[in-house]
Amino acid sequence: MTELPGVITGEAIAALLAEMGVTHVVSVADSTIGQWHAAIAAHPALRLVRVCREGEAWAVAGGLYFGGATPLVLIQCTGFFESGDSLRNIVHDWKLPIFSIIGYRSYLNQSTLPGDTCLVFTEPLLTAWKIDWRLITGAAQLGEIRSHYERCRAANVAGAIVVGEGRA
Amino acid sequence: MKARAEMPLRGALEVLRAHRRSSDVVITSMGTAREWMAMGPLDPLDFVFVPSSMGEAPPLGLGLALAQPKRRVIACNGDGSTLMNLGALVTIASEAPPNLVLVIFDNGVYEVTGAQPVPGARTVDYAAIARASGIGSVARFDSLDSWRDGAATAFALAGPACIVLDVAPVPGAVGPKSPGPTAVRGPAFMEAVRGEVGR
Repeated sequence: MTELPGVITGEAIAALLAEMGVTHVVSVADSTIGQWHAAIAAHPALRLVRVCREGEAWAVAGGLYFGGATPLVLIQCTGFFESGDSLRNIVHDWKLPIFSIIGYRSYLNQSTLPGDTCLVFTEPLLTAWKIDWRLITGAAQLGEIRSHYERCRAANVAGAIVVGEGRA
Repeated sequence: MKARAEMPLRGALEVLRAHRRSSDVVITSMGTAREWMAMGPLDPLDFVFVPSSMGEAPPLGLGLALAQPKRRVIACNGDGSTLMNLGALVTIASEAPPNLVLVIFDNGVYEVTGAQPVPGARTVDYAAIARASGIGSVARFDSLDSWRDGAATAFALAGPACIVLDVAPVPGAVGPKSPGPTAVRGPAFMEAVRGEVGR
């Protein structure tokens, strides 16, 4: 298969997460991050936990973290919107430094959903929830995932990498 | 709302406590947390999920069960909380941790907010929903005597298991108070749950 320049592949993400020490990826698929699921599930160092809605993801990740695992939440921004109360509880009430990768719908291309309000709400809501986030838009910035993850771990805070989606 | 047999919440929890192994994690929330705390000193492996996010006790238990496969994790949840997050039953069935027991306390009301009826009160069959979600081990008890008699068998079911208990609302009950700051309780629980697994 010919890969488009800049597209982040599942294999690259899976290898990176494993190198970072992630043990469980708790996720709901979307059209971009869902393409990573097969590679994550196939990686021997990772377990993909598919949940039914994103609110579950934070609680599953919280339980994993309490139990000594190293989870990562992988969801789309729409699921991030949906899951606010669970995030609030796990990240802020219980102060668990859960790291996430959040797909940013339509950031790179609005041809499918012109005027997509994900572009209006994603960044302010991440900030409102006091998530330390960084945006990446392609494979050339994969290293930022690791460096931001390590910064957040050192600071013991929840962090997120927001991945621009919608490349044509 | 049709009449049905049911058991007292405190009595139901006393049976659970009698079958709890020293290495088990017990997660309580809402009414079960209130009663559990009133029953005596907390065990280091008790996770009183207060403050909580309604409906998230089963996913939290799932995560714990996956991270700690040698421990049994018992997650207590109300019917209102179950309705808040029904998909969690499917997630649990899909991940199939053998060490997870979900106990649903069905009292038909949102007890801690003033006993307003939940949607489908007394008509929803949570045991059937659990089975249809793919959880193979399901038991339901509608009286304290039957729960006392059947608890050992129910806890011996292959996991993940779901036990549904028909309980009576506690008149005038209020929400549970946090037993202490999460900044203290969280790390203490973490240390306990990550420790050596005994019996």
